[in-house]
Amino acid sequence: MITPQPRLRAMLSLSITAVFIGGLIASQWLLTDSVQRMQFGARLAPPSLEHWLGTDALGRELWARTLAGLALSFWVGCLAALLSTLIALSLAALATLSARLDALVSLLIDTLLSVPHLILLMLIAFALGGGTQAVIIAVAVTHWPSLARVLRAELWQLRQAPYVHISRALGKSRWFVLHGHLLPHLLPHCLVGALLLFPHAILHEAALTFLGFGLSPSQPAIGVLLAEAMRYLNGGYWWLGVFPGLGLLLMVLMFERLSSQLRRAL
Amino acid sequence: MPRIAMRLGRLALVLLCVALVSFGLMMLSPIDPVDAYLGPQVAQVSPEQRALIAERWGFDAPPAVQFGHWLRQLASGDLGWSHVYNQPVSEVIGQRFQRSIVLLASAWLVSALLGFALGVMAGAKEGSPLDKMISTYAYLTASTPAFWLAMLAVLLFSVTLGWAPTCCAGPAGVLDQDVTLTTRLHHLVLPVATLALLGIANITLHTRTRMLALMRSDIAIHAFAQGAGRFDVAWRHGLRHASLPAVTLAFASLGELFGGSILIEQVFAYPGLGQATVAAGLRSDIPLLLGIALFTALFVSIGNLVADTLYGVIDPRLTTGGS
Repeated sequence: MITPQPRLRAMLSLSITAVFIGGLIASQWLLTDSVQRMQFGARLAPPSLEHWLGTDALGRELWARTLAGLALSFWVGCLAALLSTLIALSLAALATLSARLDALVSLLIDTLLSVPHLILLMLIAFALGGGTQAVIIAVAVTHWPSLARVLRAELWQLRQAPYVHISRALGKSRWFVLHGHLLPHLLPHCLVGALLLFPHAILHEAALTFLGFGLSPSQPAIGVLLAEAMRYLNGGYWWLGVFPGLGLLLMVLMFERLSSQLRRAL
Repeated sequence: MPRIAMRLGRLALVLLCVALVSFGLMMLSPIDPVDAYLGPQVAQVSPEQRALIAERWGFDAPPAVQFGHWLRQLASGDLGWSHVYNQPVSEVIGQRFQRSIVLLASAWLVSALLGFALGVMAGAKEGSPLDKMISTYAYLTASTPAFWLAMLAVLLFSVTLGWAPTCCAGPAGVLDQDVTLTTRLHHLVLPVATLALLGIANITLHTRTRMLALMRSDIAIHAFAQGAGRFDVAWRHGLRHASLPAVTLAFASLGELFGGSILIEQVFAYPGLGQATVAAGLRSDIPLLLGIALFTALFVSIGNLVADTLYGVIDPRLTTGGS
């Protein structure tokens, strides 16, 4: 199916996402205290006009906590995706330097891919002692292999391109070839790759935090909210579990859509 | 059979790397293994006793020596002692994996078969209402957090409707031997369903893409010209054409399946290997954590090996055509 105006659609997606993210960040400026404020008169209140999405066991507003959790996920996801893309790019570049380095990088990729992501994440988070930093590093370190493979293949192909040969023959330096010819070509791949990584990064961050390895339980992360909701599941307090997850799903879907449309437009 | 030998050699190399990386990560950890072992009793132990324990366990040796020691033990089949379960690690993994394999295997089968069928159906007629429904479903589940879906399932089916139990592999207070097969299955239904539901999306999307490509190919145009219907072409050509990526993907996604099972077992409190992994990580049971990392790496690598080999069996052109 060929969409009539892929660029227009991508722009639309981009602006919707930008507005959403802008709102999310702005809301964190405005709601500094309501995230942790406890109302003991309204503990575990169901959703109503007064408490939009209900309240948790300590009477904290769920909507404020969900928004805070999404903002936290966004920052963690951004940093992790960025770091991961950088790792992928540098290792892909390293792999093109010599055959031996290439074998080493692909052995590293095979090693990382052979352990289930979640277990590797747990190992890394364990090694770094948990916390926000550990989660960001763990997610970044586990998510680069697929992008690195794409970039590596692309680089190998580019090196054979006539204009690169000509540029070399004209006596341009390696650095010039790299940043004048190769990098501009790879940037769209990196952008789309980072965007594709982003939803995975947030989902894995939430899963890791949910299991208790990630962000600390005092932070209103989505994983923490859901882990708390698990304790009240049998009591039928459905709003605690439903809304934070729904928020996360919406955010992931939005980025998924944006990345697929950007890929088509670029 | 030099190909197989090469693959096995590669497998051993990758496993060695996994051992090295995971051991290195454990050495990096700021959590002291002696403290983790002692737990709250750490206050009653004098520094001299602590040093004695550390020496007995060989923590005073440099990391390289420790790694060599561990590898030698591994080679003789000794994975160490798990202090969380107070059992040898190999026994913990064996017992837990028996429970998990039921969950994993049934979810894997359901997701592979259903995912493939849905993909073929969606790809047979592009843009039809059925295709749109299936694709939307697949896109949605591809971005749904596994544990959230499991929580929703518990909320709906166990808490609200009361159809399925909320937790564990059997009713509480009943000995393991006394649990009947039906109760066991009853406890399995919801975890298997949620785990399978998530695995379906990936296979469906790949199969659909492959089917779409087939429907535009010369083979299909030729068949249409001879008067064949869409489902006829899908049945005769599509199944074979699309089964290759589906089979490979099913075997290659074992790691993801296992990751999903950790989360699902946590939500349903199902006493499998996934739950043991979480317990080992949270309570710093390093030997168990290392054992599980190696074991799952073996599991996933064998899955990849099978996928590679099946590639050649399903499509012999791939093995004879190459070098």
